[in-house]
Amino acid sequence: MSPSSLGATPRRRHLTDIAWRAIAGLSAVAVAGTLLLILGYIVREGIGALSLSFITNTPRPIGIPDGGVGNGIIGTIIIIGIAALMAFPVGALVGIYLGVYGHGRTAASMRFLSDVLASVPSIAIGLFAYTLLVQPFHHFSAFSASFAFAVLMMPLVIRTTEGALRLLPAALRESAVALGASDYQVTARCLLVAARPGIITGLILALARVTGETAPLLFTAFGSQFWEFNPSNPMAELSLQIFTYAISPYREWHQQAWAGALLLILAVCALGILARVAFRQRATVET
Amino acid sequence: MKHGQIRFRGAGMNDFAGEPGAVRSKPPDVRAPEARVVVRNVDFFYGTTQALKGVSLDFRDRQVCGMIGPSGCGKSTLLRVLNRMYDLYPRQRAEGEVLLDGMNILGPDVDVTLLRARVGMVFQKPMPFAMSIFNNVAFGVRLHERLGRSELAERVEWSLTRAALWDEVKDRLGSPATGLSGGQQQRLCIARTIAVRPEVILLDEPTSALDPISTLKIEELIDELKQDFTIALVTHNMQQAARVADQVAFFYLGELIEAGPAAAMFTAPREKRTQEYITGRFG
Repeated sequence: MSPSSLGATPRRRHLTDIAWRAIAGLSAVAVAGTLLLILGYIVREGIGALSLSFITNTPRPIGIPDGGVGNGIIGTIIIIGIAALMAFPVGALVGIYLGVYGHGRTAASMRFLSDVLASVPSIAIGLFAYTLLVQPFHHFSAFSASFAFAVLMMPLVIRTTEGALRLLPAALRESAVALGASDYQVTARCLLVAARPGIITGLILALARVTGETAPLLFTAFGSQFWEFNPSNPMAELSLQIFTYAISPYREWHQQAWAGALLLILAVCALGILARVAFRQRATVET
Repeated sequence: MKHGQIRFRGAGMNDFAGEPGAVRSKPPDVRAPEARVVVRNVDFFYGTTQALKGVSLDFRDRQVCGMIGPSGCGKSTLLRVLNRMYDLYPRQRAEGEVLLDGMNILGPDVDVTLLRARVGMVFQKPMPFAMSIFNNVAFGVRLHERLGRSELAERVEWSLTRAALWDEVKDRLGSPATGLSGGQQQRLCIARTIAVRPEVILLDEPTSALDPISTLKIEELIDELKQDFTIALVTHNMQQAARVADQVAFFYLGELIEAGPAAAMFTAPREKRTQEYITGRFG
């Protein structure tokens, strides 16, 4: 290139720059706009049906006022709670194995399998839970739904736990080792303490992932019109209720479906905020 | 100083049952101090790359041995042999003998956690644990001893005092250690190491990440600590070696070129390569 061209940016390059910026900017606007549109629409449609009785009552037949999704909310909490109890300990332990000890071939194949599991469609996992826990017992149950959810959450818990541990500097581990800590002590007293915010964030994100997951519930939890607290029985669940209401021909139920969707989105947002707060508490002090 | 005797747990404890305090309370010796750590013909390999070639070196009791040499010369590697830090990495291995009080620590049935309680290490970059100042210092103590609350508090105070940090942190022992300045963090790491009451302290370029004032404080501290501990100091800073070391060992390309009293090494080195290095002709 001749020195004289240093004077001004060539026109063509200038145009390329502008085009790039425009494309990137427009994409960002498109994504944010779509999100806002969805949120706005759900709020507009759902806010009318949202009331205290909507949150505290069970569904009512069409034409009878004050029907609600209270049993669905409780069902969601129970189903996801049991799923978390199953997925967290196992997933966290696998994550610890991969993050602290996993160097060899076994670890590499574990990682691969967990990635594959993460991309299995949720309806397939629901079918698996159906075959394993519904068919043999001849009735639907909340527990079978929890199992399906646990399988869905597992890979997320594994990878975030592993990631949080891998982010720690090698020098941290060496520092604990240099003080004479055994393998277990290094992991339990030093690494897990340091990785705690990241691990908790992963757990919360896993919760958010299955909140609103509907497909596996169709043939596991099945749904219910009544208050149900026994996990071995069919149970109502919020997203399942939304599905039922949405495909019904009644305008009233459609509105309730929107209100339910609004509740779900609020719950997921709350989990997201919680995850951010948890992650920010980096320097956790224990007494 | 009255502290509970360190209780060793686990297999092979008899080999390590000697009480560190007993050594320290000996009457002062006017003759040349005995060797506390004896390195004999040590070879070290990272995979197939040899990083140490037949190194033999004595670390004398309650003296500072400064290890100098250009990057990659093997000085840090030798340090990591002395507490078997390399055990963490499957492809690293050492051959030869390292005697600590007459026992070969490279042997197969050495309990490395007990070894590391006797041979402490401070790293280049201070790495406080994500917990309070108090718990950082108590961390190592809790691994090896079961002390009551007041005994533990006493030990923490003793360690922080010896590390010249007590006055700066005594009012905020419960705050996160990560809130300390870099120099304070490094002194905290020293306190954490001496809290376990080791016999030997390995310092791997402990001031290279610190400002000059913090460096000065750490150097003064090293001078203090050698009354009680045998110290191996890896440094890139020749002036530092001259200031704080009693003995100096010069490494080059995995070999120990020469070792001797600091004064002699810096004024009249026997080897040409040593002379060239300390006059700044290479490295």
